[in-house]
Amino acid sequence: MIVAERKPIEEIKGFLAGHKRILVLGCGTCVTICLAGGEREVTTLASVLRLSDSFEVEENTIERQCDAEFFAHIKDQATSCDAILSMACGVGVQMAANVFGPPAGGLEMVPVYPALNTMFCGTNDGAGQWSENCLACGDCKLGIFGGVCPVTRCSKSLLNGPCGGSADGKCEVNPENIECGWQLIYDRLKTLGKLNVLTENIQPRDWAKTHSGGPRKLSREDVAGL
Amino acid sequence: MAQNEYKSGSNLEKVLQAGEFAVTAELGPPKSADLDLIKKKAEMLSGWVDAVNITDNQTAIVRVSSIATGKLALDLGLEPIIQMTCRDRNRLSIQSDILGAYLLGIRNILCLTGDHQCFGNHLTARYVFDLDSIQLIQMVKNMRDEKVFASGEEIKNSKKAEVKEPRMFIGAAANPFADPFEFRVIRLEKKINAGTDFIQTQCIYDMDRFAEWMRQVCDRGLHKKCKILAGVTPLKSARMARYMRDQVAGVTVPSYYIERLAKADDPKAEGIEIVTEQIQQLRKIEGVAGIHIMAIEWEQKVPEIVQKAGLRN
Repeated sequence: MIVAERKPIEEIKGFLAGHKRILVLGCGTCVTICLAGGEREVTTLASVLRLSDSFEVEENTIERQCDAEFFAHIKDQATSCDAILSMACGVGVQMAANVFGPPAGGLEMVPVYPALNTMFCGTNDGAGQWSENCLACGDCKLGIFGGVCPVTRCSKSLLNGPCGGSADGKCEVNPENIECGWQLIYDRLKTLGKLNVLTENIQPRDWAKTHSGGPRKLSREDVAGL
Repeated sequence: MAQNEYKSGSNLEKVLQAGEFAVTAELGPPKSADLDLIKKKAEMLSGWVDAVNITDNQTAIVRVSSIATGKLALDLGLEPIIQMTCRDRNRLSIQSDILGAYLLGIRNILCLTGDHQCFGNHLTARYVFDLDSIQLIQMVKNMRDEKVFASGEEIKNSKKAEVKEPRMFIGAAANPFADPFEFRVIRLEKKINAGTDFIQTQCIYDMDRFAEWMRQVCDRGLHKKCKILAGVTPLKSARMARYMRDQVAGVTVPSYYIERLAKADDPKAEGIEIVTEQIQQLRKIEGVAGIHIMAIEWEQKVPEIVQKAGLRN
């Protein structure tokens, strides 16, 4: 899932300065699951904002903010407000800004502000714990490395690691909190009896498949007519 | 390759190919535009070593560039080994710098991944790591031997122009003390397969573990495929020894050295004694082709260490 966390309240209030009627808009997908921007967090943030006399606060949570169609049933509520505080990830915030930005859909323009910092694609590791697992690099190497991603899990994204900073299974960048991704790869491949994979020199990555090639697009003819 | 043909023609390459026991040291460039300090350090080392490593923003702290310092060292009569990390440059920048360094007369390069920027003085910087050290070694070798850039394009200025490739003697680092230990020799072999000509190791204090690593190296015949220089760093005090043990990942300092330094009336002199003994022990280990002395901000002690260890008179 996409993991996010709420911005400091002062930063949020900074965006809202000069606005009166605010829609706090949650998203029912990733940020609901990671407890950052679902219905419950919308209620909490709306209550916090109501404590300040300067705002009238509306609240709502839609199924997904990354799809335009899910905004249709909230357009009256949204356009009755003079700002939307999106509790979605950065994708959802941008979609909300497109939907309520002029002149799309003939709706009135309502400025959209983010309430969250979008962190990473990751997993839930237990109560209140999440960790990054995928950089969405567009050139997945998990098949080579036993299902452990060196691009994400190694602090230097090394394809021929580990570097000299691996000690006792930890990364020197933060031995308390970061496991050495390459120790994980080594251990996994050892278990799988595939250590020979690590004797091969992996060639430089094609970074054009990542963000270095500009914002990525995907076109699929096979589903274009559906 | 015939005996009189060299890959780069550097002094270090000639010394190693002749089978002489090589001595290299480290020259850390200053954290300011201080020409006098570079001159002072170069004078201290001149005549005592076969080549000097010029560090490249070591521990992610901004310093005078390794190539500029290397050129100054060359002019002062020292042969430089410029360090090149993957942290600050992408493949375009590295290749451009290698072409430039070669034209300035630099013939040795040490290819490193680079310390993470979290250890330095620009914590909010973005790293590069377009390549890793092994891919960097391969790229420098391809520039020299295949005469091509990383893109596969020939190294020439135009279609009809002559190929003019930079010919570097290629070095890499090895840390026999990092984990996973069993993988360390495999990683060395990967660097050799990528094209490294010589290796300088992380500083060695745990002789037993280093000897075990060298046994694995020799069992695989790797010491015949590239020259291995054993790295040492003289300890100035028990405090420094504990710091190296506790704060530097992959460095282990046995407690008997710490005790010796703690008990010594003159810990600095004791540190020189210790490193001298270490060099003599390392010299006896099969496959060790030279010594690399990393006297951190203590370059003035290199001549004394070299003399006491019997490496030069």
